[in-house]
Amino acid sequence: MYVAVKGGERAIKNAHALLAEKRRGDTAVSEVGVDQIREQLSLAVDRVMAEGSLYDRDLAALAVKQARGDLVEAIFLLRAYRTTLPRFGSSQPVDTAQMQVRRRISATYKDVPGGQLLGPTFDYTHRLLDTNLAMPAEGPAETSAETASFTGTCPKVLSFLEKEGLLPPEEGGDSPPGDLTRQPLELPAGRDIRLQNLARADEGLLLALAYSSQRGFGATHPFVGELRMGEVEVFFTPEELAFPVLVGEVTLTECESVNQFTGGKDRPASFTRGYGLAFGENERKALSMAIVDRALRSGDFDEEVRGPAQNEEFVLYHSDNVEASGFVQHIKLPHYVDFQADLALVRALRARTDKERGNAASDE
Amino acid sequence: MPPATNETDSQSTDQKVVSYNFAYLDEQTKRTIRRSILKAVAIPGYQAPFGGREMPMPYGWGTGGIQVSAAILGKNDVFKVIDQGSDDTTNAVSIRAFFARVAGVRTTTTTAEADIIQTRHRIPEQPLREGQIMVYQVPIPEPLRWMEPSEVETRTMHALEEYGVMHVKLYEDIARHGDIATSFDYPVLVNQRYVMSPSPLPKFDNPKMDQCPALQLFGAGREKRIYAIPPYTAVKSLDFEDYPFAVQHWDKPCAICGATDSYLDEIITDDAGTRMFVCSDTDYCGRRANENRSTP
Repeated sequence: MYVAVKGGERAIKNAHALLAEKRRGDTAVSEVGVDQIREQLSLAVDRVMAEGSLYDRDLAALAVKQARGDLVEAIFLLRAYRTTLPRFGSSQPVDTAQMQVRRRISATYKDVPGGQLLGPTFDYTHRLLDTNLAMPAEGPAETSAETASFTGTCPKVLSFLEKEGLLPPEEGGDSPPGDLTRQPLELPAGRDIRLQNLARADEGLLLALAYSSQRGFGATHPFVGELRMGEVEVFFTPEELAFPVLVGEVTLTECESVNQFTGGKDRPASFTRGYGLAFGENERKALSMAIVDRALRSGDFDEEVRGPAQNEEFVLYHSDNVEASGFVQHIKLPHYVDFQADLALVRALRARTDKERGNAASDE
Repeated sequence: MPPATNETDSQSTDQKVVSYNFAYLDEQTKRTIRRSILKAVAIPGYQAPFGGREMPMPYGWGTGGIQVSAAILGKNDVFKVIDQGSDDTTNAVSIRAFFARVAGVRTTTTTAEADIIQTRHRIPEQPLREGQIMVYQVPIPEPLRWMEPSEVETRTMHALEEYGVMHVKLYEDIARHGDIATSFDYPVLVNQRYVMSPSPLPKFDNPKMDQCPALQLFGAGREKRIYAIPPYTAVKSLDFEDYPFAVQHWDKPCAICGATDSYLDEIITDDAGTRMFVCSDTDYCGRRANENRSTP
């Protein structure tokens, strides 16, 4: 005799216990520390901070550990925590021109004031597996004077184009920027909302959209005007004080792309800009974001919308991996009731067809 | 083996998490959600945008319903959660445990006892009463979405009451299949104005929404929309005069309680594909089975 399914509660408990066991792995291998993840898997931590929209290296590292290395899951953990935090105000806008750069390159000029600074990049590594890394190094690694971090500021590359009048400067509005985490997305979105959306967006999606745009689905040929990574100071003006107070510094990656614009009605030929900004060392993300930001500005420049990367509604509604991952995966939840409804429908439609065929056969 | 737990109170209140506000969301957020609920109640069937928050469950797991429940739960409310009609499906267990934990409210599986019933895909068989609130989890709030993917377009269509495409879709079903080929999430017209998605309920449940004495609230977390049907509101399933709306029916009664008026789940019981049909509403089925036993 069939008995209605019960015991969901115990099944869930057991699943959680199994998950904890798998997370720990073979207990003969020492457990990874959150500090090790923070220090040695720092790019994973940076991605989780950027898409989790929360700058906290320790919590991001904890999320990576708890999620067994699944970064989208870790991003979700951080987001769910972030949403419970009180808001006590907004910082001053950070000034990336004052960034203490650790990496700074321009693809548009051979040399620029401040110079080209490669920094810690994979760009020119040969992708050969380094078997030496399989064994722990003995003793602390040496840091030579030459590899010690450059610290200093350097001017924004695109400011030279702005001075020449070839690139319109970006103007901030008077109204405070919107906040997607407090207000629902409404279209058409302003550029503030678009940029916030892209800054939280899934890196993989932005990469694919940027790529599609470069390949011709809404072609924009971008130049990397400047890509910089380093630390910026964050200032906050408390209500009870009339002056800004330094509250800390954050690592940011910023990309400004330059696109040709041949001019339009009442507008002379000039260049246009795409903008990308992400927490941490997040170069692929910042670059992709700049390309997609520029693609989404098609309307501003009377350009034909030909590709998905130019479609604001398409990009903004599908960019969030916490939303996307949830909705795609929810189909594994029970759908017995709806499936039963479809079963009944398909059977009824088939019965109707069979009956009609039978009638047709007897008519012959 | 873990000790058997009480089915009614799935998590005792002493496990209540103290670091979160009552019902998890902060009061400010609850207020913004309540404002959207009030707007939704004032315009039956209209999808009111709300500032949805990330919840500690994934989108698609009922975050919209959970936020609506969190915004309206009071300390003395009795809370019931069903998924597929059952209190014991894993996600219903999980959501019930969540509120028992973060709000310490009393939970129940008995429909008549509940003040608030959060549901996915079903309306209980037992008629709802005044004072009760149904909270529906909604994946896609937009009934026109399969005809028009753009949200900008569909909002305009609702504003202009431009629902021709929906009727054309239903008509095309009849032309192609001889019948309306929508068996769940069957569109309804609310208060003679807004076409509304009833969430993926089987169309069997659609008539229960019409003139229902309970307040019905719909929450779509990912899409950040709330909509509502106030008590005693007209809810009409779309149809044609010559193809009137009809609900599913089964040739057999429930194999456990013998009900002939309930929605049945089909269970495959052996490798040969033998099937049996039982009530999807486990509370309804269980109570009927008990009554059958006590009155032989």
